[in-house]
Amino acid sequence: MGQFSYVAVLVFVLVGSMWLEFALRTRVFKRPRRLLLTVLPVTLPFLVWDAYAISQGHWWFDTDRILGVYLPGEIPLDELLFFIVIPIASILTLEAVRSVRGWPAGDEIA
Amino acid sequence: MSLSYTQIGLIAVVFAVICDLFVFRTRMITRPIFWTSYAIIFFFQLITNGMFTGFGIVKYDGEAIIGNTSPESGPPPFIGEGRLAFAPIEDLLFGFALVLLSISLWIFWGRRGVERTPMSGPPVWVRSQNQD
Repeated sequence: MGQFSYVAVLVFVLVGSMWLEFALRTRVFKRPRRLLLTVLPVTLPFLVWDAYAISQGHWWFDTDRILGVYLPGEIPLDELLFFIVIPIASILTLEAVRSVRGWPAGDEIA
Repeated sequence: MSLSYTQIGLIAVVFAVICDLFVFRTRMITRPIFWTSYAIIFFFQLITNGMFTGFGIVKYDGEAIIGNTSPESGPPPFIGEGRLAFAPIEDLLFGFALVLLSISLWIFWGRRGVERTPMSGPPVWVRSQNQD
């Protein structure tokens, strides 16, 4: 079970943010193209950074606590999931604040 | 030349701010909605980073961060020695850059008319007058 430790933290983040989609009607997943166009370009530079940091030994992972599947650059699959989950959680949070407060974010119809 | 986590973290923050202000021109860092969202995310970042580092899932080299190398067994300091909630304080730079870039690009596409709607809200407990 240990190899799911990293993913369990990501599940915590998903559970902690996904309920906003229903309770606050954030409608992030009703805009899948926009979400994809946001998450993919953001993920890429961070994966490059991750590969560099791993190659330089800036950080490393307990191999007993990750899935054990690797991308090029020795990047654990868990890290790729991180760079997908965190942007989605961030956008859900922004849209949740907008839902409750109604503050402008800059993309309203003029 | 080899860059440390501290240095790359600072570069990432500058890069994200430049993107927000001059590339995507979303000016999120001038908006209360961004800082309120970031405050909420910051709180949860401390919890998730605390789990990653406190349980030893991710470990760091003292050469690359302000703090010391993560111990072989047991958690690093909870606070102090360049750490906050077990995690290197550099994680705050990294997290800020990731969050700002994500939110800025999301708003950039909205401004360009890419799935601007359906807009968010209202919460389920608010009876809305003009439902879409």
